[in-house]
Amino acid sequence: MKHMPPLIRISFGAVILLAFCAVFAGVLAPYPTDELDLLNRFAPPVFIGGSADHLLGTDSLGRDLLSMVLRGIQVSLTVAVIGTIGGAILGTTLGLLSAWFEGWVEAVIGIMIDFQATIPNLILALALLTILPQANLLVFILVMTVYGWERYARLARALCLQAKGQAYVQAQQVLGASAARIVLRTILPNFMAVIVVNMSINFPSTILLETTLSFLGIGIQPPDTSLGVLIGQGREQLYNAPWTVLVPGAVILVATIAISLIGDWARDRIEME
Amino acid sequence: MNWILLRTGRALLTLLLLIGFSFFVLSISGDPALSHLSADVDASAIDAFRRKWGLDLPLWQQFFIYVRGLFHGDFGMSYATGRPALEQIMAGMPVTVSLMLPTIFAAIGLGLPLGAFAAMRRGSTADRLTITLSVLALAVPNFLLGLMLMYVFSVHLGWIEPSGIVDWRSYLMPVATMALPMAAIFARFTRSAMLEILSHPMLDTARAGGLQPGRIKRAHVLPNIAVPLVTITALEFGHLFTAAVVAESVFGWPGTGRLLIDSVASRDFAVVQAILLLTGTTMILANLLADIAYGAIDPRVRDQRRRRVKA
Repeated sequence: MKHMPPLIRISFGAVILLAFCAVFAGVLAPYPTDELDLLNRFAPPVFIGGSADHLLGTDSLGRDLLSMVLRGIQVSLTVAVIGTIGGAILGTTLGLLSAWFEGWVEAVIGIMIDFQATIPNLILALALLTILPQANLLVFILVMTVYGWERYARLARALCLQAKGQAYVQAQQVLGASAARIVLRTILPNFMAVIVVNMSINFPSTILLETTLSFLGIGIQPPDTSLGVLIGQGREQLYNAPWTVLVPGAVILVATIAISLIGDWARDRIEME
Repeated sequence: MNWILLRTGRALLTLLLLIGFSFFVLSISGDPALSHLSADVDASAIDAFRRKWGLDLPLWQQFFIYVRGLFHGDFGMSYATGRPALEQIMAGMPVTVSLMLPTIFAAIGLGLPLGAFAAMRRGSTADRLTITLSVLALAVPNFLLGLMLMYVFSVHLGWIEPSGIVDWRSYLMPVATMALPMAAIFARFTRSAMLEILSHPMLDTARAGGLQPGRIKRAHVLPNIAVPLVTITALEFGHLFTAAVVAESVFGWPGTGRLLIDSVASRDFAVVQAILLLTGTTMILANLLADIAYGAIDPRVRDQRRRRVKA
């Protein structure tokens, strides 16, 4: 950790700050997100001459932007975290199954991997959201889970196949350990680091997908909000209240850039080892 | 030749899964007899309608009819307009293609020289700057990039109309929105492909033989990265279409991407299913061709595959 470049330190700081905002959004928010202040519509943020009542200004309905952005961080990060972890578990499980059993299990999972890898993610997510209920947070998180699982599956499959040929695994087989025990207790811990690095690389893409869908009006639905929903609502006011787009936009940028830089750095370190 | 058959077989199975999924999307939309006929028609009319469209047949026969329809260009009827889904998609294609073509040229024109330049000066400030910039460009969501461009050039400077197709300048912002992240992908790819070739012993031989650096680049480095570059361009079609979906929505262009978003929102299953099929099939074909091209040119890829199949 001594050799962490300054940019990576800043990135870690930003991620910790965002996580803090996400966890304590309800406590930190100065106003409820549904409180309308119609006399104070389009109030500018304090750094371009607004009052201290609304630090980041208000939107077209006079809602406090700081409170909305905090809630947006909470929703967007929660969806992305659950989606990323879900995708990692789903993909790793399928990858391990295919490597351990081979035969037709491997063939079926292989075709599923091919399918997921070839069809563009956004198009597949849109097709799923056409047939599934749209204004449902749980369904939406499930769609996020489906995103990117095939990369974990490929990684887990390749690494498990490699481990199967090695003496320490074969020794356990000879000693009579069960398949589940060998895979979960012996093989999986060996490449947990690779899976975690892949998660940090996948995480920004999950945020991108969530905010894009929400921005297009097909993800998180009002009255609830996310960083993408806020930008979707703010785009109509780009001329008279640009901060309604630029503030949530800046938060998305900080989040995805910081996590991308950390992911890249972590991957380089793993590759060196 | 075995590996070609193997890859083709896998591609066909993926295609079958895609068609199955599309059929599922279309058939889950409910009974077309009830959505196409008014509520007060009697039962015999509904039966006649079902017989006419084969809805009284078992599901596997319906699937067969569906697949046969696909081969005749029948992708179903749009629920919203009552016109063939394919006709609506084709109506939007010129707009979408007019965005995609300049995007590809801009992305390669920007990404390739940047990546090559970075690779030649590996470890320099310029190299690190290129890597960092490409991470940044890939981390920015397309829709946000579009809105930021719109804020700077339309709201702040007032140079370009924010949306719609007015004149040639209307292309600048959507194309930039789509091309910047893609240029980052090309820059990264070119950089790593170049680095691999630059470390190749054949270049030491060429240098030892006294070849000029410029001639080494033209004769040895560029031909070697041309092939992977062509294949990755084909594989970028998915990203390209996805970017068009977002750019058309941000800038209000009446293309196929906009149509897709509107159709998802209004649950126009036939149109969504048709776009899914068309983009999916294109991607499966592009992947297959890229695989075959790679294997045909580079025998090592073939052997690797064979080994992996055995393991």
